[in-house]
Amino acid sequence: MSGELGHFALILALCLAVVQATVPLAGSYTGNRTWMSVGPSTATGQFVFLAIAFGALMQGFLADDFSIRYVAENGNTQLPVIYKVSAVWGAHEGSLLLWVLMLSGWGMAVALLSRHLPQVMQARVLSVLGMVAIGFLLFMLFTSNPFERLYPVPAEGRSLNPLLQDPGLAVHPPLLYMGYVGFSVAFAFALAALLGGKLDAAWARWSRPWTTTAWIFLTLGITLGSWWAYNELGWGGWWFWDPVENASFMPWLVGTALIHSLAVTEKRGAFKTWTVLLAIAAFSMSLLGTFLVRSGVLTSVHAFANDPARGVFILAFLSVVVGGSLAIYAWRAPHIRGGGRFDFVSRETFLLANNVLLVVVAALILLGTVFPLIYDALGWGKISVGFPWFNKMFVTFMPFLLLLMGVGPLARWKHHDPADLVRRLRLAFGVSLAIGIAFALPVYQGASALMGLGIGLAAWLLLSLWLAVRDRLKHRRGARAVLRDLTTQGRSFYAMVLAHLGVAVTLIGITLVANLEAERDVRMAPGHTYELAGYGFRFDGVRNVQGPNYLAARGTITVFDGDRQIAVLHPEKRNYGPGTMPMTESGIDVGVTRDLYASLGEDLGGGEWAVRLYYKPFVRWIWAGGILMALGGLLAVSDPRYRVRVRRRSTATAGEALAGGRA
Amino acid sequence: MLRYLLPLGIFAALAGFLAVGLKLDPKEVPSPLIGKPIPEFVLPRLEDPKRRFGSADLKGQVALLNVWATWCVSCRAEHQVLQALKESGVVPIYGLDYKDERDKALRWLQVLGNPYEAVAFDEKGRAAIDWGVYGTPETFVIDKRGIIRHKFIGPLTEEKVEDILLPLVRKLKAET
Repeated sequence: MSGELGHFALILALCLAVVQATVPLAGSYTGNRTWMSVGPSTATGQFVFLAIAFGALMQGFLADDFSIRYVAENGNTQLPVIYKVSAVWGAHEGSLLLWVLMLSGWGMAVALLSRHLPQVMQARVLSVLGMVAIGFLLFMLFTSNPFERLYPVPAEGRSLNPLLQDPGLAVHPPLLYMGYVGFSVAFAFALAALLGGKLDAAWARWSRPWTTTAWIFLTLGITLGSWWAYNELGWGGWWFWDPVENASFMPWLVGTALIHSLAVTEKRGAFKTWTVLLAIAAFSMSLLGTFLVRSGVLTSVHAFANDPARGVFILAFLSVVVGGSLAIYAWRAPHIRGGGRFDFVSRETFLLANNVLLVVVAALILLGTVFPLIYDALGWGKISVGFPWFNKMFVTFMPFLLLLMGVGPLARWKHHDPADLVRRLRLAFGVSLAIGIAFALPVYQGASALMGLGIGLAAWLLLSLWLAVRDRLKHRRGARAVLRDLTTQGRSFYAMVLAHLGVAVTLIGITLVANLEAERDVRMAPGHTYELAGYGFRFDGVRNVQGPNYLAARGTITVFDGDRQIAVLHPEKRNYGPGTMPMTESGIDVGVTRDLYASLGEDLGGGEWAVRLYYKPFVRWIWAGGILMALGGLLAVSDPRYRVRVRRRSTATAGEALAGGRA
Repeated sequence: MLRYLLPLGIFAALAGFLAVGLKLDPKEVPSPLIGKPIPEFVLPRLEDPKRRFGSADLKGQVALLNVWATWCVSCRAEHQVLQALKESGVVPIYGLDYKDERDKALRWLQVLGNPYEAVAFDEKGRAAIDWGVYGTPETFVIDKRGIIRHKFIGPLTEEKVEDILLPLVRKLKAET
């Protein structure tokens, strides 16, 4: 029964989406207020019906209703409840349902939180979101219906892919999707503004909190995904340049560019068309990522069930959404007048340069991801772009980005005397150069040019941030003054500091772990001790353990620092039954300055095992930086300015009053 | 005006390639090499750079050539399947280690087990170009006359082995 209910709710949601996409838009052109007011109620209704559908599918899993094909393929009576819940989005159809649920959630949020917007604007934003929803709902109903029935009903389900039975992966996709889908709001605002022909500071200010919120989710989603890969794949890697990872990284890079560009558009009225283009691009990248992952044009670790019909559908949808919005851009953008002027040496220039770099890197990742396909399509044969290419590309461009990142926050809007900027930064530059060189000198183990580059750039970031903070605090002495600044107009500044600090922390983590990590694969007999990076790893044998739905070989490895016992690791090799691959569950001793990591290899007989041991210095910093970036975003979103001005805005006419803005 | 059309143009080109790419489905058997003799190559062996491994070693028997690398996550997933296949003793598996580092590759085999009769070490990926390697892992099925008869793109799974590989190997073995 719940299957039909869910299916029916999906169809009703589609009907509402059609109304939402057309009626408010028509109203916005004819000036019919009643039609425009249809937007918020349909958006809310759509969310309600999708929530019902989602609940119905979850009910299917909880009740082990294997008459629903999707449940039979991904559920199992033995599955722990948390994984029964996360199995809802464990495969293609269900994760798509989560996608649309979130899309409608964002739509409802826009409907509820944007009452202060001019009605025409709100109507158009909701209509654009409605159109996106139509595409996804049609896709689901025609090619990927999660409520399809299965007959005869199997007695037991095939169970969720064991690789996905991990708490990290239970929350990773929802976060990532929230980010992907969230960019649809920035996209909708951009299109609505283009249609209205008014790309002003007000539009940028409305878009900013939405964009930043989406970016926070995406940042957390990527961070969590990387952490999961490290924990679960059992070989200590944290980034693989896999097409699916790239699919999340490209929108992140473009989204990061968009956040900065929106700041310029809001405060200085500049870069309008560029900002609009970025808003379109960020969401397009999200859609393109979906296409690449779901259509099967690329091979990837994240093997989703592929189906050519789905590929054709997504490509058609992609062409309508992206092609359509870029056509609107080509049509309207030439009529947009440029905003505030600025000199060559100014914060605008630095932000623009960084924007371009971010987009270039995103474009190169896209190229690397689809190049094998392009090459093949041109009939030149088949090639692969591997890991090394991406690394080389990244290491080539990122240093420039990081260099500029140090200057940007210190430069003034509009014009900054180059001599003054040099004077302020030369000491920081000299010191970071010296630190970089010191780390590159081969006087200790692990030193390399890349090590020097990474640490030097991190020092540069930290020092220039410190200079910016010192400038800010020059006239704000004492905790109370700082606190007042934090709660009023200074919040976005501190948010920037926090997010940039996150970049520095991640950079330090990546540099140290890439240059100083140690790994050994050793054959170990019980009682045998192996020394790695100054730590003694003693192998204490393996015994069998019964898990809720698996049988595990559980190893015990005691770690010593000198004579002192510091940790006991329990790497496991889990077997989830016939037809599945054994999973490695690594044993990790977590630390601020290092992780000690062990995973079990093969049983070599006679109590001996192949064991992988890793010493991972500062690896946690990679994810700590991601969390700091997200916290920075959170602080920025909480800026009272968005709400204070918003209240004032409801009485004022939309637009220009604040276009000049404050620096 | 033109510069505003540029993004649309770029997207149109990309969409065109994607449309063609859809038809090319990388998981499908790519045509050019199937039914052709294996490309000639001689490469150092992974285990011992002084010794060579080349196309001559592949001829005269039904064999698999598996292209892999330690940086490839899917290869890791595939490894257990290869290992099981080796233990069954149905068909010899040869490896082509693609754009890799020798130390890492050797450790990989030491820990995960070595399903290969011999592994050619293709450090620069030169031989892989002739083999039309698109990405790792890929597995070629070669018959007794040294003709490529099938190519698996992406990791081998137990289903693929059962449903496609084993019947094909049996058929090829029966050929004279």
